[in-house]
Order: sequence, then C-alpha cells, then structure tokens
Amino acid sequence: MIDDILNFLDPYWWLIIGVVKAVIIAVGLLSTVPLLVWLERRLMGRFQVRLGPNRVGPLGLGQALADAIKLLFKENIVQSSADKFLFYLAPAVVVFTAIVTFSAIPFGEPFEVGGESIGLWGANLNIGLLFIFAVSSMGIYGIVLAGLSSNNKYSLMGGLRSSAQMISYELTLGLSALCVVLMSGSLNLYDIVKSQSDMPYAIPLFPAFVLFFIAGVAETNRAPFDLPEAEQELVAGFFTEYSGMKFAMFFMGEYINMITMSALITILFLGGWNSYIGFDIPILVFAFKVFLLLCVFIWLRSTFPRIRYDRLMTFGWKILLPTSLVTMLAYSAIKVLVIDA
Amino acid sequence: MIAAPEIDLISLAPVLVLSVFTMLVMLIDLFVGKNKSVLVFVALTGLLLAAVSSFAKTDWPVSSFGGSYVVDHMSVFFTMIFCLSSGLAILLSVDYNKRENIRVGEYYSLIMFCTVGMIILASSTDLIMIFLGIEIVSLCLYVLAGIRRGDTRSNEAALKYFLLGAFATGFLLYGMTLLYGATGTTKLAGIAEALSHAEVLSQPILVMGVVLLIAGFGFKVASVPFHMWTPDVYQGAPTPVTAFMAVGPKAAAFAAFFRVFTTAMPELAPTWEVLLSIIAVTTMFVGNLGAIMQTNIKRLLAYSSISHAGYILIAIIAKGSLATSALLFYMLSYTFMTFGAFSIVILLGRAGKENLELEDYSGLGFKAPLLGLAMSVFLLSLGGLPPLAGFVAKFYIFQAALNEGYVILVVLAVLNSAISLYYYLKVIVFMYMKEPKGDFQISLTPITLIIIIIGLIGTVQLGLFPGPVISLAHP
Amino acid sequence: MELLIFYPLALVSVILALFVVFNKSPIGSAVCLIGMMLGLAGVFILLQAHFLAILQIIVYAGAIMVLFMFVIMLLNLKDDDTKWKIRERNIFLSSATGVLIVGILYKIIDVTTDTKFDSPATVPDNFGTVEVVGTALFTDFVLPFEVASILLLAAMVGAVVLAKSKVD
Repeated sequence: MIDDILNFLDPYWWLIIGVVKAVIIAVGLLSTVPLLVWLERRLMGRFQVRLGPNRVGPLGLGQALADAIKLLFKENIVQSSADKFLFYLAPAVVVFTAIVTFSAIPFGEPFEVGGESIGLWGANLNIGLLFIFAVSSMGIYGIVLAGLSSNNKYSLMGGLRSSAQMISYELTLGLSALCVVLMSGSLNLYDIVKSQSDMPYAIPLFPAFVLFFIAGVAETNRAPFDLPEAEQELVAGFFTEYSGMKFAMFFMGEYINMITMSALITILFLGGWNSYIGFDIPILVFAFKVFLLLCVFIWLRSTFPRIRYDRLMTFGWKILLPTSLVTMLAYSAIKVLVIDA
Repeated sequence: MIAAPEIDLISLAPVLVLSVFTMLVMLIDLFVGKNKSVLVFVALTGLLLAAVSSFAKTDWPVSSFGGSYVVDHMSVFFTMIFCLSSGLAILLSVDYNKRENIRVGEYYSLIMFCTVGMIILASSTDLIMIFLGIEIVSLCLYVLAGIRRGDTRSNEAALKYFLLGAFATGFLLYGMTLLYGATGTTKLAGIAEALSHAEVLSQPILVMGVVLLIAGFGFKVASVPFHMWTPDVYQGAPTPVTAFMAVGPKAAAFAAFFRVFTTAMPELAPTWEVLLSIIAVTTMFVGNLGAIMQTNIKRLLAYSSISHAGYILIAIIAKGSLATSALLFYMLSYTFMTFGAFSIVILLGRAGKENLELEDYSGLGFKAPLLGLAMSVFLLSLGGLPPLAGFVAKFYIFQAALNEGYVILVVLAVLNSAISLYYYLKVIVFMYMKEPKGDFQISLTPITLIIIIIGLIGTVQLGLFPGPVISLAHP
Repeated sequence: MELLIFYPLALVSVILALFVVFNKSPIGSAVCLIGMMLGLAGVFILLQAHFLAILQIIVYAGAIMVLFMFVIMLLNLKDDDTKWKIRERNIFLSSATGVLIVGILYKIIDVTTDTKFDSPATVPDNFGTVEVVGTALFTDFVLPFEVASILLLAAMVGAVVLAKSKVD
C-alpha cells in the first residue's frame, strides 16, 4: 500500500518538495512578523531610554502573541461608501506579493536528502533579481487600491504619495542593483552570492551599496521615508479606514518587505551566506546578516525625523537618480576598461 | 564574446547630423532667453548640413545594418524634400510665432526631431525601424499640433490626432506582427524572399497583416476612410505646423508605404492592388467633394490634401521605377505649392484674428495684386493646370499608371482633377470678383517674401522645365 | 501538462479582458487590465520566454498601469462620474462588427486546426534568456535599439512642452 503510493509519487517529488517549501516559507515569514514587531518595540524602547513591552511572558515575548490574538478578534469595519471588492483585495495583494517576492530568495547551499538535492530557496530563477523587482512592483497596487477603494481623502492622498514614492525610488534601486549584475555577470541570486566568495560587493561597490540601501528604505515605506502614513497630515495614510486583521495585514506586508529587502541587500552586497571568518553554518550566517540589517532599519526609524514630501521627491529624482546613473556608468567603464581588459 | 555588429555610421550621416543639431537647439534654448531667432539659424544650418551629408555615400544603393537601412536615390531625394519642407516650416514659423506668442524653444527642436524620424522612415528597410520612424514623426506632430496650449482648437486638434493616431499605430504594429509571424523576419528583403515560397504565400494571416498595414499607413497619409481627423487637426494646429504636416510627414509616410508594399510584398500585389485602388478612388472623391463644401481655407486645403493623397496612392499601385520617380517628383512639387499657399494664408492673418474664412479673401486680387497672383498660381498648380508643377506631377503619375495598364483608375483620377478645379477656382473668384469687406493689414516681412518666392520659383520651374529634376528622381 | 496550465490561464485572461470592457468603473477596468497582463505574462512563461514575461510584468503591469491608476486618482472622479458615459447603441455598427468577428473567428479556427500545428518546433535551450535577447538587441537590432532613444527623447521633450506649468 505505502509502496504503491510512493511509486505513484516518485515522478512528482519535485512538486511535493516545492509545495513543502512554499508552505515553510509562507508560514515562516508570517510567524516572524510578530517577533519583528516585538523586536522593534523593544529596541525602540532602548533607543528612547525606556523599557518597551516587558510584562507579558518572558522578555515581553507574549505581547506579540497577545497583539496577534487581539487583532484577529477585532471587529471588521467596512464603511458603506467603500468599494467592497477592492477594499478586501488591497491587503491581500500586499501580503501576497510580499510573500511571493521572498520565494525567489536563496539563503544557503543546497543539501542532499535521499538522493534528492534540495535547495534552500523557493525557486532558483535565472532571472531572480528581475522577478523580485517585478513582483515587488506589483505590491504598489495593494497600496494604490487601498487608497482608491476607501473613498476617503486621507487614504487617497496616502495612496498617491506612496505610489509616487515607490515608483521614484524603484529606479534608483534597479540601477544600483545593476552594478552588482554588471560585476557578477548574472541575474541569478545564487550565482551572485557565489561570485562574492572572496569579498562582499559592499566593499568594491560601496557607492552602489549606499544608494541601494537608501532606496531600499524608501521602497519599504519605512521611516524616515514613511510619508504615506504621516500621522500629522494624513491620519494613517492609505489604511486610515482599515481595522482589525485587514489593518494588521498591511503591517504584515510592511514587515515582510523589510525582511525581503534586508535579505536582498545581504545577497547583493553583503555576500549572502559567505561568512569570511570560517564560521560554516550558512543559514545562520545569512540570518545573522539579515537580523543586523533589520536592527539598522529600526535604528533609522527611531533616529531620523520624517522628510517633507516635496523634498523626498526632489531627493529621489534630482539627487539619487543622477548619482545612481553616474555610478552605473562609472562601474560599466571600470568593468570594460579595467576588469575585462 | 559577442561578435560586433556591422555598423555603418556614414550611411546614417544625415540622421546623426540632424540629431546633434536638434540637441544643440535644445541646449542653446536654455541660454537665449525670449528671443528665439538664434535657434532658427542653428536649426536651418542643421537641416542644410543634413541635406548635404545625405550625399556622404555615393555608390547607391548601399544597404547597411544587416539590411535594415538603405541609402538609395529614393531615400536621398526624400531627405532633400524633408530638409526643404522642415526648413520652410521653420522659416514660416518665425513671424507666425511672434504674432501668436508661441515662445517655446522646443518648437524648433520638435520639428527637427520630426525630420529625423522622417529621414529614418524613408531610408529604412526593416519593419521595426519603419515603426520607430512613424512613432517619432507622430509623437512630434501630436505635440506640435497642440503647442498653442491656451487655444481650445489647438487642444482639440492635438487630442483628436493623438487618440486616433495611437489607435492607428496599433493597427500598423499589429499588421507588422502578423507579417513577421507569417514570414519570420522583419527585413523587407527577407519578407520578399519568404513570400516567393508558395507555402508562405498561401497563409491567410498574411492577408490580415496587409489589410492592417493599409489601415495603419492609410491613417498616416490621411486616406479615406481614415481621413476623419484631417480637417479638424489641420484647422486647429498652428498654420505653419499644418503646412508642415501636409507635406513632410505625409511624404515620409508615403515613402515607407511605397517601400513596404513594392519591395516587400510584390508577390501579394494582386491582393493589395484591388484594395488600394478602391481606397485611392474613394479618397479622391471624398477629398474633392468634401473640399467643395468648405468655407474655411484651412479646412479646404485639408480636404485638398486628402484628395492629393488619393493621386499619390496611384503611384504605389503602379509600382515600378517610373512610379518611384513620379512619386518623388509629386512630393517635391507638392512641397512648393503647399508651402506657398499656406504662407499666404498666414500672411493674411493678424494677432487674434486669423482671417481664415473664404469671405476674408474677397478682393485680395485688387488690393494686393501680386499676392493675389501668387495665391492663384499656387491654387491652380494644386488643381493641376499646365504649365505649373502640379500638372507635370500628376501627368507623371498617370503616365506610370497607364504604363502598367490601370486605365480606369487614371480616367477617374483625371475626372477628379477636373472636379478639384472647381473649389480652387472658387477661392480665385473670391479674390478677384468680390468686393473687399475691409482693408487688409498685410505686413510682408522679408522671410515670408522669401518663402513665397521660393514657392513660386519651384512651382513654375518644375512646371516649365521638369527635365533635370525628373532625371534626378529617376533611379 | 502544459495545456493544463494554458487553458485556465487563457480563460482567465480572456474573461478579465472582457471585464476591462464591460466594467462600470474605471478603477475596476484598470484592475482587470492588470490581471490580464499577468495572465499574458503566464502565457509567455509557457512559451519559454521567461525574460519577456518578467518584462511584461515590470513594464506593463508594473509601470504603465501604475500611471493609469495615478491618472484615475488625480482625476478624483466624483460620484456621478465614476461610471463610463455609454454612447447610444448603433444597431448597424454592432451587427457589422459582429459579422466581422464571427468571420475572423472562423478564419482563426480554420488556420489553427491546420495539421502543421500538431508538431510544434522545438526551441534551443537558451531560448528567451536575458543573454540571447541582449545579444540580439546589440547585434542584429542595434540600429532600432539606438533609434528608440531618439524616439524616447522626442516623447519626453514633447510631454514636458505640453505639461510645463508656465511658459516663460
């Protein structure tokens, strides 16, 4: 009986492995979010010389769980003037694209189980980098739709701002990532990590690294670029009208995007799972780098004041974009004239 | 390592020269302030140099870039026409822009960009290049048509032209895609080669491709039934732009039309000949009959340009080398007469009052006899009376068609020529046989005078001594 | 196996395309259009053209449709404007179009049931990769590639001319 089933399944192992990976990635990401929220609150507390949540459970870890339960049971309010379908669609789009984006990220060397080679990634795409940009650009629609469907001027303004911001900074993001592609000669993220086995690209490509990091922070709508949800001006931006779990889904999207962005920076510039000091557990090295970057994200939030909207756009179009173009051009010249010659 | 592509920059000389000067115009515009006359000089220099540099290759025909670009007598002759028409358009704009307060330096660079597109269009032998050329030309024209942003008619013209034009471009592109799908190549020579095999030729998908191509090109040359935009756009656009649109871009579209149909698809000729003949005849009739009803001179000239598109289509149907030279000659003489007529239309206008109704022309013949005479010459030439350029041009086209045995087509075209005389004469009747309504305030500047003289010389010269130009146009 | 993926994809694309036309609100149409673009990208993937598929998403679904959304947001339609204005029906035109579509469909079925579609051509391994597309762009199609930059520059200048807030 069991043999029969195994025989039947034999040609479809790849499918089963794929499904299992997909479930692990989705569940893993979703369950990291409460931890990240807890981390952020605790760290922010320290940065601001206060304690942060520390009453529920050890180190206040129970707080994350309690919050999740609270949000799940909150009343779900949809105001009557909203476009119902799009109102429900928007948060789903945000979370969906965030998770799918992460599926293309590799976080270690493949290993063998029972003759099958299993890679530590959702999908090892030839054009992984482009895939990530493509899917994350779909994420904008979640925000746009939330802004449009709420039928509320604050939401509309928030949606408008954030989509303008994401479009503007996507260019810088792409151009600085191209420097890495130029050096490694591949769009495959696994190959990019492999090509950094001697030195992480952050050192030779330092200007590109800085540009990518700034654009990355803006792309995830994190402080100091969190204009879309500027409380003083826009109440809560595009999710003003959302409550309960749908509200939480926007947060989930934001935090997953933060993780993805940290992972992407790790892969492109910090050498992925290469430890460079002989520490040889790839997945831990990778996780450590991502964790450090996440802490930097939180550190930025608690340190910098928010930028004014027009300055943000000026900064993006008149400073970051030309700089990244020049950087790109300079590295192409170096590549052709120095490295290849 | 990738094998380096075959690059022949000398073939591209006119495009390169003109592009450089276009960008120069844009850069200088930043420093000159409100007086844009420097830009006119730079632009004219660029056009002149482009015209000269088109002779950089002498051993025609030279095919380059893997057969996607060609320098032959047709492309060089068309480059001349384009440079001439853009130069005239820019000269015509100088006074007009001052009067109508169009102070945008980009106006000149857009005309030059448009010229770059036209040269590309006339010299390309690759569907992708032709598409890019058409897009460059159209985009510039959309903007030029709407450059008077405060004027609702101008806005209407731009919007109408843009929406319909984008739609037509879609048709054109779809037609090209089908053609590519059937033959597996975008090079015109390659398509012709593929079509010589019976199993490729029998694909029904080709017919659809050809029909869509005709629809797309038909829109760009303003042939019936894709002509609806023409009167509105010609009326709403600034007059120099209208004159430019009627000549340069139209000639460019005809060049590409001619090249695609005669070099790539001679095997399919039985299919498209019939369709094009029907379109040509309806275009002539709709253009001429439509023009009779008009009371606005710009709309009248718009319908007249539709009917001229009908005559020129006959050249495409006729194919062959005689048709090529007839097409080239027609476009050149059409340039002179159209710019001449439009320059007088501009001259009669004043700031805030363009005087575009036929009524406004009453008595021009007495008040300003020389202007009236010049206008009559241009109109009669457009109508095709000997011994003016329009007559010789039509004669050559009809001759080419008769040689190929299209007798009925030619008979109908001649009939249309007779109809067209009616409305051209109507304008002349207004000028000479009606009492003037008010006095004309004509401020004849040297620049406008030069354009009128160029137009007159061209119209008369080509009519009396067509020999040298014809032999130049002949391959 | 491929058909198992193709038919649902194609069906969804076609249905979404119909919704684009029949949807009452501009936002709904735009959302359906995005969905349709994604479906098309799926078809490209089935055709082994992965790079094209991603470009389809980045350029069309990502960049262009965001601009559509922007326009819809900036127009900030009032309640009575959120519905498309429907033109009067013209029975003659509708029936003519209907006949045309039936004819085209008939022809398409006629063409696609041809026997030569039973044995599709095999594609080389590197078909549709970034490398192959890039090589083609910079060798065979280098001239169109460069000319496209003139087109983009002209379009950009034109757009700025029309949109510039004040002409000095």
